[in-house]
Amino acid sequence: MKCAVVVFPGSNCDRDCAVAIERSTGERPQMVWHGESALPDKLDLIVLPGGFSYGDYLRCGAMAALSPVMAPVIEAARRGVAVVGVCNGFQVLCEAGMLPGALLRNAALKYVCKPVALRIENGRTRFTAGFGERRDAVMTVGNGEGNYFADEDTLDRLEGDGRVVFRYLDNPNGSSRGVAGIVNDHGNVLGIMPHPDRAFEPELGSADGAILFQSIAASA
Amino acid sequence: MLAAAASKSMADLAREYGLKAEEYALILTRLGREPNAVELGVFSVMWSEHCSYKSSRLHLKTLPTTGPRVICGPGENAGVVDIGDGQACIFKMESHNHPSFIEPYQGASTGVGGIMRDVFTMGARPVALLNALRFGSPEHPKTRRLVAGVVAGIGGYGNCVGVPTVGGETNFDPGYDGNILVNAMCVGVADADKIFYSAAPSAGLPVVYFGSKTGRDGIHGATMASAEFDEDSEDKRPTVQVGDPFAEKLLIEATLELMATGAVAAIQDMGAAGLTSSSVEMAGKGGVGIELNLDAVPQRETGMSAYEMMLSESQERMLAILKPGREPEAYAIFEKWGLDAAVIGATTDTGRIVLRHAGQTVCDLPLGPLSDDAPLYDRPWVESPKRPRLDPADVAPPADWREAVMKLMSCPDMASKRWLWEQYDRHVMADTLADSATAADAGVVRVHGLRKALAMTSDVTPRYVRADAYEGGKQAVAEAWRNLTAVGADPIAVTDNLNFGNPERPEIMGQIVRAIAGMGEACRALDFPVVSGNVSLYNETNGAAIPPTPTVGAVGLIPDYAQAIGYAKMRAGDTLVLIGETHGELGASLYLREGLGADGPGRDAWAPPPVDLAAEKRHGDLVRTLIREGRLHAVHDLSDGGLVGAAAEMALASGVGVELRATSLVHAHAYLFGEDQGRYLLATPDPRGVLERAREAGVRASEAGHVGGEAFASASLFVIALADLRQAHEGWMPAFMDAAAA
Repeated sequence: MKCAVVVFPGSNCDRDCAVAIERSTGERPQMVWHGESALPDKLDLIVLPGGFSYGDYLRCGAMAALSPVMAPVIEAARRGVAVVGVCNGFQVLCEAGMLPGALLRNAALKYVCKPVALRIENGRTRFTAGFGERRDAVMTVGNGEGNYFADEDTLDRLEGDGRVVFRYLDNPNGSSRGVAGIVNDHGNVLGIMPHPDRAFEPELGSADGAILFQSIAASA
Repeated sequence: MLAAAASKSMADLAREYGLKAEEYALILTRLGREPNAVELGVFSVMWSEHCSYKSSRLHLKTLPTTGPRVICGPGENAGVVDIGDGQACIFKMESHNHPSFIEPYQGASTGVGGIMRDVFTMGARPVALLNALRFGSPEHPKTRRLVAGVVAGIGGYGNCVGVPTVGGETNFDPGYDGNILVNAMCVGVADADKIFYSAAPSAGLPVVYFGSKTGRDGIHGATMASAEFDEDSEDKRPTVQVGDPFAEKLLIEATLELMATGAVAAIQDMGAAGLTSSSVEMAGKGGVGIELNLDAVPQRETGMSAYEMMLSESQERMLAILKPGREPEAYAIFEKWGLDAAVIGATTDTGRIVLRHAGQTVCDLPLGPLSDDAPLYDRPWVESPKRPRLDPADVAPPADWREAVMKLMSCPDMASKRWLWEQYDRHVMADTLADSATAADAGVVRVHGLRKALAMTSDVTPRYVRADAYEGGKQAVAEAWRNLTAVGADPIAVTDNLNFGNPERPEIMGQIVRAIAGMGEACRALDFPVVSGNVSLYNETNGAAIPPTPTVGAVGLIPDYAQAIGYAKMRAGDTLVLIGETHGELGASLYLREGLGADGPGRDAWAPPPVDLAAEKRHGDLVRTLIREGRLHAVHDLSDGGLVGAAAEMALASGVGVELRATSLVHAHAYLFGEDQGRYLLATPDPRGVLERAREAGVRASEAGHVGGEAFASASLFVIALADLRQAHEGWMPAFMDAAAA
């Protein structure tokens, strides 16, 4: 699997994503600076990491969505390359129009960091196939704006198409219908609020994130 | 400012800037002339308590600061210790008390930012944050707002920069009603052969400013932090700095990248007293001079005067002295990270600081009197009268045992602080093994990519220090050492953050002197040197001082993190073994303070539990051995709330009941709630083996109970369902904070 992790100014999980992918799959990702206007050739996976791109000033992910690197990312996604946006990366994907909906301020108006139990709603995606028959996973969230919002029609469509991939069992931030992760209509772009990049070894509390990266590698 | 100053005499202005009349007289002697307003500003911040340590320096010198692992002790931006494999751990704790009381979000936020800069300035990547918070009484009308603001500020900064907040402590006491304490600690890791220092190595080198632009915020912050508060303290809000964690994140990456090029000769962040202290200290320590052209300083506002630029405490700024000809490399890095940068001057061989602005020389001072030769006071002090030891026989048992246990576990100091630490990112960097959510006595963060881990903690029990500054100082160090030991670490070194009232009052100075003496004794006995520190004095409002609070931050090393331990993994069938002597020390205990006895002696009249340092060492060394031999399922130190406090926390964390054995040796309530020092509670499947090892080590150990069932209980005294205990323990803080919205 050939993989790139995009680094925006203010990304702070770029290293975590790279380490998680390398430990999970043995493949070392290339780090790509946000100012690049081209991506490395023949990528199988592009990761937009967590953090506070551009300080999340204006709106979370809003400025990063306009970074030069996003044009080739959008283009690669169109060609079917897998794209995963974790946390701030999910916010960037929504701001860039690559996923529907938006991530609002948490319902409790506070940042929340804790392990969350997730239900895998669709185990047949390229991101979740490795979970096999398992329908539960644990990862941690760490966000102030993780409250997923979309209008009812969009939510119905997402649910109907099996695009709600991960759902919180105990909603930590007020997300509509407990949505924790969704994919685009082609199933190759995943936005996920909990961090697979902090759950790749048992000593971190969970190794379920590793399965996600291994699934992508297996499908590459 | 200059124009306004002209209408006042310099002596009046000096007073306004926080200088005493005799200090101003000293300036006149040292200079042989009257300073101008800029020069006076420079003097006033460099001679402030905050920058000069003029009241504490004499006593701080008595602390042990060397040891086989110490690479750099106090005097630099942070302390540096060797952690093997060619690596160093760099750490420090610093207060941001005054600003956090005036403007809690920004005060706490910039406290976190400032301490991180002290650590990465020396070449380390910050890997963990801790914070020690002291608030006023929960009943005080300001407390909720301060808690909410401080916690949001700490989280807002640390979360954004992307350094996990893994531990800390939070107390509530009416003694902090007028002056809260926010002590922030940062731990970083660097290559031991790539540590960066602040001393300018020679003359003729370019001085480069980089980071955020300079604005008018924080002017005279250091002076404000060196004075008491009164009714008008809220008027000092403009002296509080404003933080930008995004800028800090860029600054960390740019600084570490710049250091990796080998272009940096010396470097220092601009913290308290901003451009003044960084330039004076770099040139002063290097024994050179410095000349700055203030017109070149990147400025956020127009029309800033030399005085404003030199005194501004705008955040996220660095000053570096580069090796000759390396500017282009540096500029390429600053440009990549979008940082402002400018060569603003050069080092000289004059031993003077010379500032030019708008075509004029606005300051020309010798460096000696500003730093090395700053005032040094041996202030008069008196020791508080010794309090008598409290005989447990004079203390009544609880009228209702169940209620006493429930009250202890839900009192503000003991209740779960989940409400606050869930607002901190504890997992970013993906190396956190133990944090505030983990039932463990210290935070544990693995050293990236290796099997070893750093353990870290922050400790002090202010009610003990108030009762006896010397014993309380000892206890703070001993408890930090104990907490590191309890997770399986070898304790390495200490950073101290001394928070006290006005040192010009002999009784306060007595607290400072005796607490430092006690800390020093404990550090020597435990081979636990002090490598960095910070002093915050004048924590008073209208003459009422805070409880003396010498916070101790400490770091230890776990050779293989597979051996790290906490107290969440007790299993049914385990036996609880109590390590250490129990006499039933109830003086200055939570039992007295929370009024858990049916009636009893005055709460604030008794000596705190004494610390036997030789026993402390013996007990700790035994526990560490038992951990590494794999004999234990859980370890917890005994501190607030004694045996009941520790056993209840273990039961809640492990989700399994505990039956504590009563003992006939001392009164049951003294045995169960006494806060005797140097003790640990262990859960083990092998009590015989553990007791045998204790006997061989000459350490008192006894079976204290067993693990099983779903209740926290002790013989005929109390039986409490874990669910009820959990509700009491977890319920207090959310209920308290939610009442704010009502």
